[in-house]
Amino acid sequence: MNTRKLTAKMTCALLASLLVAGAAQANTFRFAFQGDAQSLDPHGLNETFTLSLLGNVYEGLTAYDGDLGLIPALATAWEITSPTTWRFNLRRGVTFHNGNSFNADDVIFSWRRMIADGSDQKSRAGLISAINRIDDYTVEAVTDAPQPTLAREMVYMYVMDKEWSEANDSTQPASPRTAGRENAYSTLNANGTGPFTVTERQPEVKTVLRRYDNYWGDIDSNVTEVIFTPIAQAATRVAALLSAQIDLAYPVPVQDWNRLDNTAGVRALTGPEARTIFLGMDQGRDELLYSNIKGKNPFKDMRVRKAFAHAINLDAIKRTIMRGASTPSGLLWAPQISGYRAATNTPYEYDPEESKRLLAAAGYADGFEVTMDCPNNRYVNDEKICQAVAGMLARVGVTVDLLAQPKSKYFAKVLAQGGYDTSFYLLGWTPGSIDVYNVFQNLLSCQNSEQKRGQFNLGNYCNSEVDRLADGIGSETDADARQSLIDAATRIVQREVGYLPLHQQPLSWGVRDGIAVTQRPDNVLDLRYVVVE
Amino acid sequence: MFFFIARRLLQAVGVMLAVGLIAFALFQFVGDPVNNMTGQDTSLAEREALKEELGLNDSVFVQFGRFIGNAARGNFGHSYRQRRPVDELIWERFSATIELSAVSALLALLIGIPMGVYTALKRHSWLSRAFMTLSLIGVSLPTFLIGIFLILIFGVTLNWLPTFGRGEVVDVGGWTTGLLTLSGIKSLILPAVTLAVFQMTFIVRLVRAEMLEVLRADYIKFAHARGLAARAVNFGHALKNTLVPVITVIGLQIGSIVAFAIITESVFQWPGMGLLFIHAIHEVDIPVMAAYLMLIGLLFVIINLVVDILYYAIDPRLRLS
Repeated sequence: MNTRKLTAKMTCALLASLLVAGAAQANTFRFAFQGDAQSLDPHGLNETFTLSLLGNVYEGLTAYDGDLGLIPALATAWEITSPTTWRFNLRRGVTFHNGNSFNADDVIFSWRRMIADGSDQKSRAGLISAINRIDDYTVEAVTDAPQPTLAREMVYMYVMDKEWSEANDSTQPASPRTAGRENAYSTLNANGTGPFTVTERQPEVKTVLRRYDNYWGDIDSNVTEVIFTPIAQAATRVAALLSAQIDLAYPVPVQDWNRLDNTAGVRALTGPEARTIFLGMDQGRDELLYSNIKGKNPFKDMRVRKAFAHAINLDAIKRTIMRGASTPSGLLWAPQISGYRAATNTPYEYDPEESKRLLAAAGYADGFEVTMDCPNNRYVNDEKICQAVAGMLARVGVTVDLLAQPKSKYFAKVLAQGGYDTSFYLLGWTPGSIDVYNVFQNLLSCQNSEQKRGQFNLGNYCNSEVDRLADGIGSETDADARQSLIDAATRIVQREVGYLPLHQQPLSWGVRDGIAVTQRPDNVLDLRYVVVE
Repeated sequence: MFFFIARRLLQAVGVMLAVGLIAFALFQFVGDPVNNMTGQDTSLAEREALKEELGLNDSVFVQFGRFIGNAARGNFGHSYRQRRPVDELIWERFSATIELSAVSALLALLIGIPMGVYTALKRHSWLSRAFMTLSLIGVSLPTFLIGIFLILIFGVTLNWLPTFGRGEVVDVGGWTTGLLTLSGIKSLILPAVTLAVFQMTFIVRLVRAEMLEVLRADYIKFAHARGLAARAVNFGHALKNTLVPVITVIGLQIGSIVAFAIITESVFQWPGMGLLFIHAIHEVDIPVMAAYLMLIGLLFVIINLVVDILYYAIDPRLRLS
């Protein structure tokens, strides 16, 4: 072997070791979720995972911290100058990933884009009737009615660069309706102000993010590169985590927790999710669609609803189905939701004898039959919960005929598009604004399609007093006065047994040791908090 | 020959139309796509408008007619979920499925045929018995279970091979391939073996059965009587004649390898057409489902045609009549 060859070899080895040293500086974080963001367009779909992934790339005027507390983002401060006017001071010195600077024009442009045809953020952006530009770094949002939760709604109203959108023919949101006609540039490319830029996007295969060096904020994360892979099968996702091919996987099945904790190098990360699972009953129709009782609706009788409430053993569901990880609830909203008060959160007592007595008093001493609609791939152990409920109701004489279906079929049947085709159902709800008004508006107000209220009140629980209080909750800007309205409405709903709340389901993530993450109660992985050892 | 092919092509058009119509009739039962395209806060009026605009309120026949009309002009519509042209989506995934299927088919043939021949020639050896037992297990175990076993052994326990995805891919003139990188090849091993197991065991049993049949034939006895070497009889005469029916069956199996890659792809998160189709079913992405089913229909039609032509070429008796 001659010396030149040897020198070349040594140089190679040296170079390689230098490269390795360089790589040690780069922190790569790999994670998997069960699905993918539908597109990179921030206004195309109002869905948790899509918005959460994009939340690392795009930002709104406000943001959530790790506990869903409201913090400034692209706005540094805001104030309510009149009941229907909000003034936002915008952050200076912020740049988009393409280098363009951020100012009031981008905010107004993005809001217009959100109320345009094809946007799925209309319900949020539509709360605002106009945004006035005061100067380059001040805007004023005007609403038709007082909107005490507007600053929270701003979190998911992501701001895009006006110039970039115009240059790339993306001034309209990319929706399935406009897909054939519009340029799809914004579905595959992103240009936000967030701490990460998208460097590679293969929908449903792989998405690579890189740290944006000129990010305005000071964040915990030391991650320089993020590789996200959607893995649909739970077993494959867990296997990828166990074999160290990824650093974080979510969700992991509740029954795999022991497995993860008993394996060196990984752990299960769990906590209460802000999603409440509950049962609803058809109280609107004069005769149930799916029952053997004809000519009347047993759920219109408060005693029957009360009997159901006392027949269901929330602790047993927690113990046997949720591996002790659910939080039984007496409310339709979780502790993390603004407007929550612990004093009102008392679940109905489990008392089958009382339940039987109430059913007999209502004239159903021999019970009755009812069909229950249930999804089987939407919530944590959803079908098992329904089976348990059916078993518990059988003990007090009510025969439940369970119809468990995949979510696509289930939602098509029970939601408004299907004509609320259900008598008894299981549903889960996280208010998108993390505020209780969203629950009153969607679940507790009487169905009213013109006013867009009670859209998800599938059983049409309806009390005009609750409606009146809900209006107050929606417009009252004084916190104490608002809380007393919430408490008053809560007492009515609980006394009348409008719904049967079950529990907050657990968050279930699997994480490798040496990775610090913050598990947000709305099941969002915010990369700003990911630290790699 | 020309009329034979022309007639077959005409029949193929009929088959494709039937596949499409049945598919569209089934789409009525997979659920409501609109719910997956909108957030929970989207108003009812918005949802209805979307449904109307996508033509989901029309009858099955109108929807089917519109699809065929557009497809004839090369427009397969846009995915409801990804908001991108369906032909583009399928093309992106095409190479992954083809590479997986081709490698599996090769594995199945290269291992299956010699094993089949061996078990036919040495019927009573212990190795043959072991092969036959193994093949029985292979035929009866469901693919997803084999996949999960392999993941558990080679991925989680031994930590030798990647358990999901395709690894690094290289773009060669629009065709992405994983065969040129180490991580791509390593990623291919487990899914390819999983997909090959059933086909392989199937081929072993088929070749063995056919070979035993041929070995009993008179001309084999005569060949032995002529004093030909066992090697020449077994491989020159017996195997050649065995392969005629085997080719037909294997040809048809190639179609099912591609079509049934769905299960393997979803166990290994292999980014092929099958995975695309599974997601499309979950999210009720009708344009993707329709295009995929038509493509698989077309694939079977083409394979059948090729097999018929091959048969024509191999078997001189067909040409005479």
